[in-house]
Amino acid sequence: MMKTNNVILETATKVIVFIILLFSVYMFFAGHYEPGGGFIGGLMASGAIVLLLIAYDIKTVTTILPFDFKKVTAVGLLFAAGTAAGGLLFDKPMLTHWFTYVNPPLLGKMSLHTAVLFDIGVFLVVVGVTMTIIQTIGESE
Amino acid sequence: MFDFVLYITLLCISLAMVGLVYRVIKGPSTPDRVVALDGLGINLVAIIAILSIILRTSAFLDIILLIGILAFIGTVTFAKFLEKGVILERDRDNL
Repeated sequence: MMKTNNVILETATKVIVFIILLFSVYMFFAGHYEPGGGFIGGLMASGAIVLLLIAYDIKTVTTILPFDFKKVTAVGLLFAAGTAAGGLLFDKPMLTHWFTYVNPPLLGKMSLHTAVLFDIGVFLVVVGVTMTIIQTIGESE
Repeated sequence: MFDFVLYITLLCISLAMVGLVYRVIKGPSTPDRVVALDGLGINLVAIIAILSIILRTSAFLDIILLIGILAFIGTVTFAKFLEKGVILERDRDNL
């Protein structure tokens, strides 16, 4: 029997994964003013990793992305808890957020908000939990 | 007048989706059903685009790209399951 390969899927994956990752980053940063946010951004990022897992195999993907996804979940929870506790340091209630406008060169007027740090936590938790579930199911025989 | 044309288009796409649902239910083999489900996803993209024109909003444009990506990943997963019997391989080379 001739050995089958999926060269079309692998070549298409190399292009499409970057589009999906860029879309997930866009969805993450659009979350404050438009539909989007950390949850859907994290789901799309894990969708890109799932596409890599389908096109290649678990060993290759753990070589490309040598993360322990349980630790990614833990880091995300630390981000969320740290942002929540940050208000306590300034004698304000817990989960108090601040924002300011800055004018960096090239980028124009930006509003920096501490809710983004909380959203990074949501993003990392969603990626970690989804990839832990999928890899655990995929590895059991 | 413009809205009338959009409603006619929605009706036509809905009829196409009914045909695809018939193929999902009746389809003699599993690949028939997978291809019909992929077509349903693409028709859903068209319906969301026309609805966002009717509602005069650009809030649904991200959903179009999202459904396109999800339909692609889902179809690839089904195709790999039908072809090789597994979805996630542990090591490609010694399978």
